[in-house]
Amino acid sequence: MRKLLFFCCLLFSMAVSAAPHGDRLYASHCSACHGVDGTGGVGVPLALPSFLNNVPDEYLKKTIRHGRPGRIMPSFDTLSDAQLAAIVKYIRSWSDRPAPKENTARIEGDKEHGKALFAERCVQCHGQDGRGGKGTGVTFSRKRDLPIIAPALNNAGFLQAATDSMIHSTISNGREGTPMVSMLKAGLSKKDINDIVAYIRSFEESAAKLQQSLEASGEEPPTIVADSPYSLEETIENLKQAITDQNFTLIRTDYLEHGLVEPGKENRKQVILHFCNFGFLFEALAIDPRVGMFLPCRVTVIEKDGKVQLSTINPKRLSKLFNNHELDEACEEMYEVYSTLLEDATL
Amino acid sequence: MINRRMNALRDSLYTLLLATMLLFSRPLLASDLLMVRTTQGFPEAMLALQNSIREHGYNITRVQRIDVGLTGMGYKTDKYRVVFVGKPKEIQYLVNKYPVLAAYMPPKISIFAENGETVLVTANPLVYAEMIDDDKDKILFRRWESDVYSVFDDIREAEDK
Ligand code: HEC
Ligand code: HEC
Repeated sequence: MRKLLFFCCLLFSMAVSAAPHGDRLYASHCSACHGVDGTGGVGVPLALPSFLNNVPDEYLKKTIRHGRPGRIMPSFDTLSDAQLAAIVKYIRSWSDRPAPKENTARIEGDKEHGKALFAERCVQCHGQDGRGGKGTGVTFSRKRDLPIIAPALNNAGFLQAATDSMIHSTISNGREGTPMVSMLKAGLSKKDINDIVAYIRSFEESAAKLQQSLEASGEEPPTIVADSPYSLEETIENLKQAITDQNFTLIRTDYLEHGLVEPGKENRKQVILHFCNFGFLFEALAIDPRVGMFLPCRVTVIEKDGKVQLSTINPKRLSKLFNNHELDEACEEMYEVYSTLLEDATL
Repeated sequence: MINRRMNALRDSLYTLLLATMLLFSRPLLASDLLMVRTTQGFPEAMLALQNSIREHGYNITRVQRIDVGLTGMGYKTDKYRVVFVGKPKEIQYLVNKYPVLAAYMPPKISIFAENGETVLVTANPLVYAEMIDDDKDKILFRRWESDVYSVFDDIREAEDK
């Protein structure tokens, strides 16, 4: 018994005293998006001196905690404070200068004037109401307007992490090595920049609303289903016709068990039709390269106990997985397409 | 007699301890998508992926060449493949028992090139567990999840070879 207690204590102390490794945590939680050495990818670059020398550790920590709701970056609310600190320390190792101190003083300004300046100087990259550029992160293999896509500024995660002073200095100095140029050099005064900061702060309300609506959006069923009054063969023929009618290209018809069992031994009552619209696919991958996981499009047709049922994934359910508000519209569109197909094929 | 009771107590304590460790070692649903990046080029990463999937006892039922389709239609894109993965018995069992899973099976991993490196993404299998009710069957998806982590570890380790 005593041995057991000792064993428990040992385990417990190991768990508590083991210092988290920032490099490993970064590799498993961040590198997939921000690059192995912070050069960017689906996420923006983190290793640039013009970024690191301008933001306090608190900004990094809060960004990791809150993520960017609706802009891909997840919130890491399950990491411990010690793990968070270790990741930040690791990110800091990419710069040889110490982190600036956080300055929480509020900056007052004329937000109406700020709004006018924003429309003139910022909208082309940061989008209407600061919703961010199309797509995210760094362009490597995808078609984009800019080498680095401008982040959303009307984002609850960004606004919670950034102080007025950090926003002010980012606008003033720009970020060397990115499309974000110094607005002081581009002719704006410090007062103009105060006004823009006040305008960006005014996004807080709409950002909070968006975050709430993302969190509250009702539970969607996992699939769209339809029962067919026709035989399996007839249903498949109808579906093929419906797919062509909707301007999709049929890629192939497969048994669900293809590749799982020996060829010829598949269950012939479980069929998958794969199809695609390449223009749509290309656009979707430019917004978020991860969506390929649910492509090409597919309808599954199954006959069981004499009944034929068609089903597809529900794109509205999946759009939540990606934490990407920009995809919502495309998912909405796909939902309509799938519903129409199932309807047409079973009419 | 006392000894036996002690043993039983010890066993149940061990079980409890193990269960607690398992529970706390990983957050319940850490992330809906599991991702990994490797500094290997696309062909090497693809090879490492296929080897590791087979070593874990899964079939690769198909490799969809998204990039080839796109390029064929005149779009410019880097390498992009979707790999379909599953164990015959498990997929058959799930599809027969849960029609709701038919549209999602077999599960897929996408793998794409990014500036000389390679990124892999898949849905966390626990996402599928949420679609069904039977707790006994949910354990299966836990195992898939730990296999995904293990496959991703293999791919990262293959960098050093
Ligand atoms: C040519 C495109 C472009 C223009 C114009 C532009 N930005 Fe940016 N901005 C960017 C990019 C790209 C980034 C991300 C830089 C990086 O990777 O660190 C950025 C970053 C920022 C950030 C930091 C956001 C974050 O998440 O860290 C703020 C704040 C910002 N810009 C404000 C502005 C304001 C205000 C204006 C107008 C006065 C403006 N920008 C004009 C492209 C632009
Ligand atoms: C699934 C992809 C993804 C993961 C994983 C991810 N990020 Fe991000 N991150 C992003 C994106 C995308 C943005 C930019 C959001 C935008 O465009 O509005 C971002 C923004 C950031 C920013 C703000 C940068 C700036 O210029 O102000 C920081 C800091 C950051 N991430 C750190 C991290 C860290 C640290 C981790 C790991 C703990 C991490 N991220 C994990 C995608 C990701």
